[in-house]
Amino acid sequence: MATHKLIIAGFGGQGVLLTGQIIAYAGMMEGKEVTWMPSYGPEMRGGTANCTVIVSDKKISSPVINEATTVVAMNLPSLVKFESMVEPGGKIFINSSLIGEKPKRDDVEVYSIKANEIAADLNNAKVANMVMLGAVVDKTGIVKRESVERVLEKLFTGNKADLIALNKQALRAWNK
Amino acid sequence: MSEKVLMKGNEAFAEAAIRGGCRLYFGYPITPQNEIPEYMSRKLHTVGGAFVQAESELAAINMAYGAATTGKHVFISSSSPGIALMQEGLSFLASAQIPLVILNVSRGGPGVGGIQPGQADYRQATKGGGNGDYHIPVMAPATVQEAVDIIYNAVPIADEYRNPVMILADGMLGQMMEPVILPELKEALTIEEIRRAKPWALTGHGDKRERNVVKSLLLKPDELEEHNINNEKKYQRMREELVRYEADKLEGAEVVFVAFGTMSRIVDEAIEELNQAGIRAGMIRPISLWPFPNEAFDKIDKSTKVVISAELSLGQMMEDVKVAVEGRYPVELIYRTGGMVPTPSEIVEKTKKILEVV
Repeated sequence: MATHKLIIAGFGGQGVLLTGQIIAYAGMMEGKEVTWMPSYGPEMRGGTANCTVIVSDKKISSPVINEATTVVAMNLPSLVKFESMVEPGGKIFINSSLIGEKPKRDDVEVYSIKANEIAADLNNAKVANMVMLGAVVDKTGIVKRESVERVLEKLFTGNKADLIALNKQALRAWNK
Repeated sequence: MSEKVLMKGNEAFAEAAIRGGCRLYFGYPITPQNEIPEYMSRKLHTVGGAFVQAESELAAINMAYGAATTGKHVFISSSSPGIALMQEGLSFLASAQIPLVILNVSRGGPGVGGIQPGQADYRQATKGGGNGDYHIPVMAPATVQEAVDIIYNAVPIADEYRNPVMILADGMLGQMMEPVILPELKEALTIEEIRRAKPWALTGHGDKRERNVVKSLLLKPDELEEHNINNEKKYQRMREELVRYEADKLEGAEVVFVAFGTMSRIVDEAIEELNQAGIRAGMIRPISLWPFPNEAFDKIDKSTKVVISAELSLGQMMEDVKVAVEGRYPVELIYRTGGMVPTPSEIVEKTKKILEVV
């Protein structure tokens, strides 16, 4: 597919904006056109947060999208809010650690990932977003996992460099 | 040329101003442009510059006025209600012929309004929010890269005309991230360079020359009239030299959109959708909002049934579109306001409805 349009949503603190940025950064490193657009407002930890990421082989005109090819819901309000935005045949990723419900849509592919539990098994609850990112990357091909790993190597430097291994492990953990 | 980097709009705007030679920034926090003062507070002191958080926007514009009278390059930014507070200062700067680069990362108004993207400062920006006979060139970028280039190039334009130059962006452009290639870092002007290039600047006369006086107070009406007419000659030169626009797919178009900034990108995608539905559409994208690109409208094809002003405001730009169209085509409006932003499909649907009646 030439153009991926992804919405990733959750509550503040889950790292959804950073996850979107990593995808955009990886897309740029692959030589693709990218835009990253966050929701902004009186946001706070525990409030809602989302961003739209477009990765395309051609010039991106509108950063505002009609429909998403993929929606990633890290919590229930995000699923409720964005489920209808997925195009028919698109993909919905659900953080089933926090979402008991199933999507109402029957014309999309649904992937349930226990992101929080998998992260807890890795002894770091903070990498739930990386667990989910691994699933999204592997299932959608929006960017290559190797590109994401290269981004992590650029993001985590100095005394944070020891986090690279953990995050790479988290990227692969979703289908273990 | 430097490497492509992924940057948030606001941070890229700030970096572009620094690279363009601006080392002085005065500001007061306001969403959705707070990353600019944050960036300046981190960065300016590392490149020999100064960041001042003013006590208000009124103070910020007057600090900028004072600093710019020394001939140094000054950059300031704010968002809609903050820019409104700066209008008095802009009128003073324009009258006193002081260069300045000012960025409005605009949001929904009127009043304090909201913090989501808007274009409803169009009239304030292009018609002069302050008093008196003056103009300020207004440039409207559509991408982070274009904004970077426009801000960088606004510094010499402000110097060339000895006038403030405004960049009108919006909250979406400020908040989004896109890849950019940053231009080369320019050094700040030295005092010798300022004395050579800007004989009007307050650089200290040292008893070696007459005192320079910077003011906008001219009590004698004949002197003020002469001053205004002289400035008007400069504004006329701007009208001839600063028109910037893109005209795309006008040939054979049924519909011609006029849209700037973020809205032009949404319209661009709507045009693709319309083409797929068998409706030929094109766009005039003003980059300079003042001077408005009237000449672009002479390129509209006879095939055109309607010109649509598409804006995040209630028909403010449409007034200029009607003047430019000169009655040759019907002019209609597609808008959202208050911080609401349409999807491409919404524009397509509204366009189809307009086409049913024109």
